[in-house]
Amino acid sequence: MAKVTLNDIAHSYNGPSDNPDDYALKKLDLVWRDGGAYALLGPSGCGKTTLLNIISGLLIPTRGQVLFNDQDVTRLPTEQRNIAQIFQFPVIYDTMTVFENLAFPLKNRGRTKEEIEPRVIELAGMLGLSRNLYTKAQHLTADAKQKISLGRGLIRKSVNAILFDEPLTVIDPQLKWELRSQLKYLHKQFQFTMIYVTHDQTEALTFADEVIVMYEGKIVQVGTPEALFERPEHTFVGYFIGSPGMNIAPCTLQGNRAVVEGHDIVLGRTYRDIPAGAKIELGIRPEYLALNPPEGQGVPVRIVKVDDIGRHKIVRVGLNGRELNVVMPELSGMTGNNARLVFDIDHTNIYVNDQLVPGEPR
Amino acid sequence: MQLELRNVCKKVGREFHISDVSLTFTAGSLNILLGPTLSGKTSLMRLMAGLDQPTSGTIHVDNRDVTGVPVQKRNVAMVYQQFINYPNLTVFENIASPLRIAKVPAAEIKERVAKVAALLKLEKLLRRSPQELSGGQQQRTALARALVKGAELVLLDEPLANLDYKLREELREELPRIFSATGAIFVYATTEPSEALLLGGNTASLHQGRVTQFGPTIEVFSRPRNLITAQTLSDPPMNLLPVTKLNNTMLYKSHVEVPLLGPLPHLPDDDYTIAFRPHHLSLNRHSDRDIAVKAKVAVTEITGSESYVHVDVAGVRWVLLARGIHNIDIDETIEIFLDPSKFYVYDRNGALVVTPEAVAGA
Repeated sequence: MAKVTLNDIAHSYNGPSDNPDDYALKKLDLVWRDGGAYALLGPSGCGKTTLLNIISGLLIPTRGQVLFNDQDVTRLPTEQRNIAQIFQFPVIYDTMTVFENLAFPLKNRGRTKEEIEPRVIELAGMLGLSRNLYTKAQHLTADAKQKISLGRGLIRKSVNAILFDEPLTVIDPQLKWELRSQLKYLHKQFQFTMIYVTHDQTEALTFADEVIVMYEGKIVQVGTPEALFERPEHTFVGYFIGSPGMNIAPCTLQGNRAVVEGHDIVLGRTYRDIPAGAKIELGIRPEYLALNPPEGQGVPVRIVKVDDIGRHKIVRVGLNGRELNVVMPELSGMTGNNARLVFDIDHTNIYVNDQLVPGEPR
Repeated sequence: MQLELRNVCKKVGREFHISDVSLTFTAGSLNILLGPTLSGKTSLMRLMAGLDQPTSGTIHVDNRDVTGVPVQKRNVAMVYQQFINYPNLTVFENIASPLRIAKVPAAEIKERVAKVAALLKLEKLLRRSPQELSGGQQQRTALARALVKGAELVLLDEPLANLDYKLREELREELPRIFSATGAIFVYATTEPSEALLLGGNTASLHQGRVTQFGPTIEVFSRPRNLITAQTLSDPPMNLLPVTKLNNTMLYKSHVEVPLLGPLPHLPDDDYTIAFRPHHLSLNRHSDRDIAVKAKVAVTEITGSESYVHVDVAGVRWVLLARGIHNIDIDETIEIFLDPSKFYVYDRNGALVVTPEAVAGA
């Protein structure tokens, strides 16, 4: 396993250019520790696949270096990088048994039967494939085939890194739970360096120790799932993480008070020296808003819509002209269309020109 | 319009792809076909469209038998997972294409395209070519083309599956509004329970070519009449506890004893399956009636605001959903708590015999 370093990487599909707009990947520097689990998360077109291709060797970046430990691999072809890759669709030999499929990467490298057999049996056990070990892959379901793909990626302990490109796309929701937990368990057991590309926040957050959120060719935040949820550093992260995403509303600031749609909200922190003319917004997650009956505490709002999604309800409320989402387990005591909205001030963030500003303690 | 399937079967070779399906859809309704891959969603839609003919059973439109009437002679539109647009036509011409084929006068085409483009927020993109659009916009264009015909039956086969997570969220939010604006019957296939719950409407739960339950989505979610439906509607998966009732005890092996409260004492001695959702399994005791169980932690997934703790209890795997961040080590033994008032109890044939108190009382 290896530490992966990305040094001043940038990529333009049109070759070197002075125009920043040509770069699908703007300048970025990252260090991924040996044995870490990382996710690259973002919408299509954000540059995450470009970055993955640079790490795997499918692309040579226009600028910068890729290091595995201290070795510069920027210009090495994929097969010389000693990495494993897992794709959206299973890459396996249909006519081989599960055992032969898993053994293949080891056999190919001249390992002995005595080395191969215990490793294949151990891994098959961890993936829940033991019962089908001698079944031909073609007779298995899509999720079992993708398990074989995962197994082939994980079979060699000596790889520098394992790269996953949306590996659960073709898997049914209920089975995703099983595969995800197996993958996480295998990571804890073997301590591989893993890099996982996805647009699905649940997959990224549940898989990774650290998530790299990308947007328009740039990294907008690197953080733990908790940090991305609690303290999004950019409004895009607030919007992209969470379902529904963070409520973002334009506001004005006066010290520790924000004015949103004409209503005063007292904040937990004080904000000074905001540049004149800057775009100021208040961000709060639907989970940190709550509704009281109309005679209770809070800002008066009208209830526009209630979606009961089983586990909780998503309530859309109107604060003058602006709509906000509120997540509530139950809506008891609420009869009419009017309610009062309460902000959890410890989880209310202020953004200036889309960037989180910390403020000072009151 | 009303669409009715009466005892429809479709046999391919020796296999039944659809077994004895009877369903009635009314004008202006949204009907979700929910089930895993190969459960019969697409087969059923093809029968509804007239692309395939049933082996037995009949299909009726407004009580008129239309079995055997080919798709060209029916007023249906279909949208597929792969967005299909004509690359050499503008967005306007893509949407207009079915009207051009039907030789609708130019002035009327302009008017109808404008109306549907407004509904789908495509007004500003009408002059572009499909390649210049994002995935979400391309799928909106395909939807617009399906709607512009004014078809009375619109079939959507996993229309959001190829879109980014966030785009899906946005379109899901808009679709019910778009659907209700047209008055057609919408049939919408998906593998994702969360999608069904967000869209609302009615849901037919599908399993191996059979409809296991049909009704308002939230009703099917909260009162699944059989175990298969309960599992099909749940993501994260339902937790299952197999128990045997004998001589005034209800036990899972020697590990879990379920106190015989409420309706449980009246059940005849037999094997049962208790099902409960991950958010009804807890790390803390909430009431004296909670059942404490020792469990071994398999893996913990953190989503930012919540943690999914996967645990093993004497051979069964459960998922526990807890608010907040809980980093529990793999293989640690912890105590978890089951709330018996949230139990669904199914008999040995998978039929519901006890409903949770909350639901039963509602």
